[in-house]
Parts: sequence; C-alpha cells; structure tokens
Amino acid sequence: MTAVYLISAFIIAGMLFANRNTIINNILIIIFGLVQIGFTFYACSNYKNSVLQYFTFDSLGLLLLMTLTIISIPALFHSYLYIARHDETPQSRAIYFSAIVFLITSITAAYLANHIAVIWIFTEMTTLSASMLIYHHRNKLALEGTWKYVFICAISITFVFIGILFLSLALQHAGSSDLSFANLMEYKDSLNPFWLRLAFLFIFTGFTAKLGLVPMYTAGIDAKDKAPAPAGALLASVLMNLGFVGIFRIYAVISQTSLFHWANLIIFIAAFLSIFVATVYMTKVMNIKRMFAYSGIEHMGIVMLGIAAGGIGYYAAILHIILHAFVKSSLFFQFNQLYRTFQSKSIQYVGNYFKYNPTGAVVLLLGFISATAMPPSGLFVSEFLIFRSLFEAKFIVLLIVVLLLLTIVIWAFGKNIMKILFLPVQGIDETKIPRINPWESLTQYLLLFTAIWLGLNPPSIFVQMIQDAVKILPK
Amino acid sequence: MTNVLLIIFIISLLYVSIANRIITYVRVLALQGFILFGVTFLQLKDIQTWNLVLILLETIVFKAIAVPVFLSYLIKRNKITRETEPYLPHFISLIIITLIIVITVLLANSIQDTHLDKIFFIVSLSTLFTGLYFIASRKKIITHVMGYLMIENGVFVLSLAVGNEMPNLVNLGIMLDVFASVLILGIFLNKIGDVFKAVDVDQLSNLKDY
Repeated sequence: MTAVYLISAFIIAGMLFANRNTIINNILIIIFGLVQIGFTFYACSNYKNSVLQYFTFDSLGLLLLMTLTIISIPALFHSYLYIARHDETPQSRAIYFSAIVFLITSITAAYLANHIAVIWIFTEMTTLSASMLIYHHRNKLALEGTWKYVFICAISITFVFIGILFLSLALQHAGSSDLSFANLMEYKDSLNPFWLRLAFLFIFTGFTAKLGLVPMYTAGIDAKDKAPAPAGALLASVLMNLGFVGIFRIYAVISQTSLFHWANLIIFIAAFLSIFVATVYMTKVMNIKRMFAYSGIEHMGIVMLGIAAGGIGYYAAILHIILHAFVKSSLFFQFNQLYRTFQSKSIQYVGNYFKYNPTGAVVLLLGFISATAMPPSGLFVSEFLIFRSLFEAKFIVLLIVVLLLLTIVIWAFGKNIMKILFLPVQGIDETKIPRINPWESLTQYLLLFTAIWLGLNPPSIFVQMIQDAVKILPK
Repeated sequence: MTNVLLIIFIISLLYVSIANRIITYVRVLALQGFILFGVTFLQLKDIQTWNLVLILLETIVFKAIAVPVFLSYLIKRNKITRETEPYLPHFISLIIITLIIVITVLLANSIQDTHLDKIFFIVSLSTLFTGLYFIASRKKIITHVMGYLMIENGVFVLSLAVGNEMPNLVNLGIMLDVFASVLILGIFLNKIGDVFKAVDVDQLSNLKDY
C-alpha cells in the first residue's frame, strides 16, 4: 500500500506536469487529496507496523503525517484559488501543482522513514520541489530567493551526508553496518563516542536548514517570502517539522549514550541563539511574510529548548510543533487575502484591515493571539509546559532571558498586527479594494480552532501518541 | 599509491588558494576528479564489479570531464571575468588553508581508530573546510559553486573510506553529487547568468526585511 501510495503520487505529479487542461488538472488534484487522506487512514490502521523495510508507522511519524494531511488539503484548495486568480499560463500552473504534490509526498515519506539514509534522500527531494515552488514567479527576486535556498540546502544536505558517514564509522566499532534507527538503538552502548559526536554535530547543523534554527535558518526566510503564500504555508509548517523529525530521531539515539548532556548543550545554544536572532529581526521587519517566517524561527527555538530541558518538555515540544504548524499555515493562507486587499507586503502600506475584510481580520487577530501563545490558544499550554520544564531543570537564568526576549517579540509582533488591523493608511484608493468572499477564510478558522482544541482539550488518544513518541527518551 | 594520490589532492587545495584565474579552479576540479578515479580504483576492493564500474564512471565522466567542461562553457557564455576576485589577499588564503590542514592533521592524530585510514579523514575534512572558506571569501557566484563542488569531492573521499563495508553510502554520495550539481549548475547558474548580467554575489542582496 505504501508503494502504491508513493508510485501513484509520483504518477499524479508527473501527469500534472505534463497536462495543460484545466479540468484534468483539477481532477488530478482532487484525486491526490483523496490518495493522501486514504494513505493517512491506512497508516493509522497499521499503527506501529513496518512496511517496505524502510518505513515505520510510529507515533511521531503518524502525528506529523496527520498534521500534514490536515494542512495539505486547505493548501491545495488555496493554491487552486491562487492560480485561478493570477491568470497563470497552463505551463506555470502545471509546474506549480506537480511541485506541490511532489513536496507533500516527499515530506510524507520522510516522516515515516526509519532509516537515516532514507530520510536524507527524501529531504533532498523536498529541496528540489520547494525550489520549483519558490521560483514560481520567475522574476529577479524569486531567482535570488531560489538560488539562496538551493545553495544553502545543498550545503546542509552535504553536512547531513557527512554526519551519516561519521555515524557509519561509529557503528563499525559496534560491528554492524545497518543504519536504521532501531539498529542504532540496539547498539547504543558500543557506538564510538568520538565519531558519534561528530555525526551529531553535522546532522544537527544540516537539518537546521529545514527546521529553521541558527546557523542555517537564513535560506528558509527568503524561501517563505518568495514562494506563493499557499506554498509558503507548507514551507513554514510541515517542512519545518521535517527538520524536527530528522533531529529528533538521531537525538533519541544520542540521548541513550554518554553524549546526552553534551548534545543538550549544543541544542540549548542553537535554540537560544535562534530566539535571540528572531527577536532582533522581529523588531525591524516590515515585510509581513518575513515577519511570520521569523516568528517560526522563534517557535522552533522554543521547541528545541523543550527538547533539551527534558521532563515534561519532551511532551510539550511535540505538542508545540504540531500546534505551531496549524497556526502558522492559517496565517500564511490569510496573507493571500491581505495581499489581494492592499497589493502590498509591506506593513507601511497596509492598515485598517478590519474595515475592508472583517472575516480575514479576525483570522489575523486569532493567529496573532495563537502565535504569541496568549490564552486561550493551544500554544499557551505547550509553551507554558516548556517553561515549566526549563524551571524544573533549573535553567532559571536562561528562562528569564528567554521570557524577556519573548516579551519583545510579542511587543514587535503586536505593534505590527495592530497597525495592520486598525490604523488607517494614507493614499489608499478604496474603490480598488476587492471584496473578499468570507467563506474563503473557513479553512483558516478550522485550522486555528483545531490548534485551540488540541491544546486545551486534547483527546486522550492524541496524548497517548505523544507520550508514546517521547517514551524512547530518558526521563 | 593511495596515499600519494591523496597528498596530491591536498596540494591541489593549496594551489587553488593562490590561483588567480577562474580557469585554474576548473582545471583543479578536473584534476581532483581524476585523482578520485584513481583512489576509487585502488581503494574499493571488496565491492561488486558493476557497482565499482558505476562509481568509476561517475568520477571520470561526471567529476573529471562533464562538470569542468560545463563550467568553462558557463564562464564563456556568461562572459565572466577571469579574475577570481577574493576578498582577502592570496597570501592570507594560503596561510588559512595551511592552518586548516595542520589543525585537521592534529585532530586526526588524536583519534585512536583502527577502522579508518587517517589520511582519508584528513583529506576530506580539510577539503570541506577549504571549500567553506572559498565560499566565504570569494565574490563570484561561480566560485561559490566551485567551492561547493570541492566540498563534494571531500565528502566523496570520506565515503570511500567506509566504501568497502558500506558500498551503499558511496552510491548515496554519487546521488548527492549528481542531484546537487545538476540542480545548482544546470538550472540555476544558467538562469542566473541570463537574469543577472554580472554574476557577483553583491547583486544578490535585494531580498530585505523592509
């Protein structure tokens, strides 16, 4: 069934690429949506089984796969609206949709992979498909963004490969050559610490390009800015989760060895620097999409703080990454309506949004409340738990500094959002502002309410799955 | 013999650091491709024949011939000036790369490992850092790409060190090579040459926060 899914998804991507007819295009997208949903149900019914030797439906993979499927359906829908409105040529539409199908499929496969080399291969594929999406507009700026993304991702992917080579050296000491995570866990006591240390450093650095942490976060910012907003929503949510999966799976192995505390230190440094960098840029940024992207960097920093602090932090980190994906993707979907209203990405030329599109403005407001983790959003719960884990692990100074930085983030974010929502701007020709159909915001509301519901009143099966996902980590 | 080849490989890094013309970089990349061909041939003994043939073909056809030819074609087509235009003088580059090599040698000496031929570790790690240094210190996009190709060569050397036990990792390395090179060189360097008339990184600074 997994093979059927992969092959049919790639065939659909190929057909979308070759097809120029609008109706066939739409039918193919609907078929892909159904295939993706069907595969998710199949994966749920085969919980904990392994298929095709390289894929396992474990808790983390399934949770993120469900997140991906829930986000990908509105992403396809908004992409359809986006393409229909922009008078795209059949050719650029074909490239766009085949790239987005390819991206979703590769992310799905990478989530479920149980072998580090397989994750690596599918991460490479996401770079390829994401670059096609970023280059969608085919102008100078899009080319610049694509070039930076491709180059930095190529270097990061090489880093991950070097890490895999060092990992294989570490494993040779244990007399084995199978690089699957289960096998690494089995030989955890006899892995050579020197090679393992190098392996973790390189793999971690490599995956930060996808996750959006210091040092490789830069490429992702440009990518989310230049990609069309529905694709940017995928890049800013589920693709970041892919980086998390890569780091989490190798971290689970490291956490069983003597390098546990050292690895935590590395993660603390990277996470703290990410929050710091995000704060600095948030105070200056005037481009709305980039503002959302920097907010993502900040959230990933918080997630990794939770992972490094341990205890309840593990649970909270996974909860946070899932909720963040819902919130950030709905903000990006909303951005498209904002852009249609004002024809500008800059905060300077955008204002009084409540007057022109109240439905969308409420999405923006709710998204802001969620993204800054104020109650009643679900992210409040997860962020609170992460801070509790930092407190319990006795990182008081770090906690205070992070809280101060987050206050600055809330101030900067709030200042900009309030300007967008309420302050009128000069020189807007109100007759040119189109009326936005409120029903288009429905999916965004659904995503935001999912985030609130999962945070405040999580179903017991959801909690059990997260607890099962972090069971392999030490207490 | 393997050691001799790998030492020539390291010397080529020093040579590149003081090279003044871009075409020298291309030639050195071709030379490195031939060296890797030799090292592969000598090193990978316990590997299936068809797999060895595949790897050898990749080094000779792809690394040693196709990529350098394509690079020189790009240089001509985009009328890239022949200077490498480093931010730092050649002398300092030479010192920095020597330091990189010395540090990796010292690091390698601290390892107690019977599974790994240390010279592979030294060559690959110093090539990696040299490549990163080239990317950081050169102005043109095409020299950035060459720095990246050099990093890939270094990674390939490291994958050869474990190639006898895990031939699949070498195959993965080849996949990375082909994928990244085709993506970077084929599509984007071509496009960037068309869109941006002069191919300097200075031109790639229009994406801003405001």
